[in-house]
Amino acid sequence: MKGNEAIAHAAIRCGCDGYFGYPITPQSEIMETLMELEPWNTTGMVVLQAESETASINMVYGGAGCGKKTMTSSSSPGVSLMQEGLSYIACAELPCVIVNVMRGGPGLGTIQPSQADYYQSVKGGGHGDYKLITLAPASVQEMADHTVMAFDLAFKYLNPVLILADGIIGQMMEKVVLPPFQPRMTEAEISEKCPWATLGKPANRKPNVITSLALQAEEMETINLRLQSKYRKVEENEILYEEFSCEDADYLIIAFGITARICQKTVEMARNEGIKVGLLRPITLFPFPTPAISNYADKVKGMLTVEMSAGQMVDDVRLAVNGRVPVEFYGRMGGIVPAPDEVLAALKNKVVIK
Amino acid sequence: MTTNEIINPNNLVYTKTKVMNDTPMHYCPGCSHGVVHKLIAEIIEEMDFQDKTIAIAPVGCAVFAYKYLDIDWQQAAHGRAPAVATAIKRLLPDRLVFTYQGDGDLAAIGTAETIHAANRGENIAIIFINNGIYGMTGGQMAPTTLLGMKSSTSPGGRTVELNGNPLDITKLMAQLDGTCYVTRQSVHTVGSVRKTKKAIRQAFENSMAGKGTSVVEVVSTCNSGWKLSPAASNDWMVENMFPAYPLGDLKNL
Repeated sequence: MKGNEAIAHAAIRCGCDGYFGYPITPQSEIMETLMELEPWNTTGMVVLQAESETASINMVYGGAGCGKKTMTSSSSPGVSLMQEGLSYIACAELPCVIVNVMRGGPGLGTIQPSQADYYQSVKGGGHGDYKLITLAPASVQEMADHTVMAFDLAFKYLNPVLILADGIIGQMMEKVVLPPFQPRMTEAEISEKCPWATLGKPANRKPNVITSLALQAEEMETINLRLQSKYRKVEENEILYEEFSCEDADYLIIAFGITARICQKTVEMARNEGIKVGLLRPITLFPFPTPAISNYADKVKGMLTVEMSAGQMVDDVRLAVNGRVPVEFYGRMGGIVPAPDEVLAALKNKVVIK
Repeated sequence: MTTNEIINPNNLVYTKTKVMNDTPMHYCPGCSHGVVHKLIAEIIEEMDFQDKTIAIAPVGCAVFAYKYLDIDWQQAAHGRAPAVATAIKRLLPDRLVFTYQGDGDLAAIGTAETIHAANRGENIAIIFINNGIYGMTGGQMAPTTLLGMKSSTSPGGRTVELNGNPLDITKLMAQLDGTCYVTRQSVHTVGSVRKTKKAIRQAFENSMAGKGTSVVEVVSTCNSGWKLSPAASNDWMVENMFPAYPLGDLKNL
């Protein structure tokens, strides 16, 4: 099935309570699949087409504030519209899942795939100091797996989790093993796991209030310090990445998502020519695999970051390397997908000759 | 009558509803918000719905509504309360879900969310405080500011040429198939307070009966923003606001 369809199936199976979305290419199959499957008749999951991405992210806020497993999905221009809501959700510390199936920008851009929303995803995106836990699937299987993992992380850290995919992974078809069915949480389970949830105030507790407002600066700084200490915990515990042929590598390619699949081919081609190159694929973009990349800075002669953008993740690679070896960049923009031989040529020209 | 006789529970003629707590209100003396808060709290107690109510606070003067009513609250981004309420009611259909919004929140920045929630016929109640001005930010022009009315961003008085027309969004909502009850009330006299209480109760009962969206507009005063005394504000409202926003039911199915 398609990557987008895998997300819809996985959401129903992992006990998602509500999906709220607005159509936009190349991810509309997520809501279309949900509407086709009619999960309100089986698991009781609510699916609603909202009037805008602004409305859908605020619907997610409302549902998440009740301790419900809620999610939305969109593509780049729509995710830009959600930034206000994401800032509120991050500050109110609500668990939810957002899927961005990226397309080429800026502006209305193109419907072809892109990875140019990296900065927006991992550096905040909306106003204020906050972070989204960001997962970067590279296959249809991971679209399904990451949906389940995203809800787990969201409830573990009470933080929004972003699945940052692109138009290729959303549209391409691969075999997938869907996750097992888990029942939706009952209200008793929500009350126990999420004592902050607004389910109606029983006589034996104080009112629950979901808010991101603290007019006193000291109070607002305390909230910020709590958020920052949570982000440090996420960095300590949740980094995920994958390595290919890195053991004896003289050079390292770093790429995420579909670009990592392309670069895997480049690694094979380079090794056939006797160039010992490995590939490191970050699976979590926040938290970024800084320690792993830092280790390789002492082992390899140079690195090449490959992205479908003007070069965004390369900044984080350079911060990890801190000048110890050259870190070069190769990318295509505006919906163009780099081919493995292009990447190989860039590797030879920019990194190997040095 | 002695003090002991006065405090004897058998002689009690009035008591504050337990849904309202003792937090001192930040509202200006003469503001309509406090009266409407009290009515809502009384209705929730009378319906025995304290444990079944989830309310959505706006951005504006009523952003702190959650400090005064002992029920569960969510504070929404500016204008987004009807979207937040939509999800809560759909996920928890047996709860009473209402939004409490001012004119800037509901009729300017949140117009899309307001119209679409009402048009879908979400089973929520919308309490709409219309005082024709942005109170919290210091008296700027609102979508409902009257023509000729002065505000800090229409210092010469609102004109059609410069500022456009006042928006009667309640009339607009009455046209939508999703609304079942649309009414306009006020709280400037004892009689009007009683009528508003009845209206809010009907809106809440409609929501629980699944009849669609109910809208209760309360034409209100903002004596600080209007730069009038509380008593003069009431007179000014009757003379100027009521002709533009006439009281009564616009729709009652």
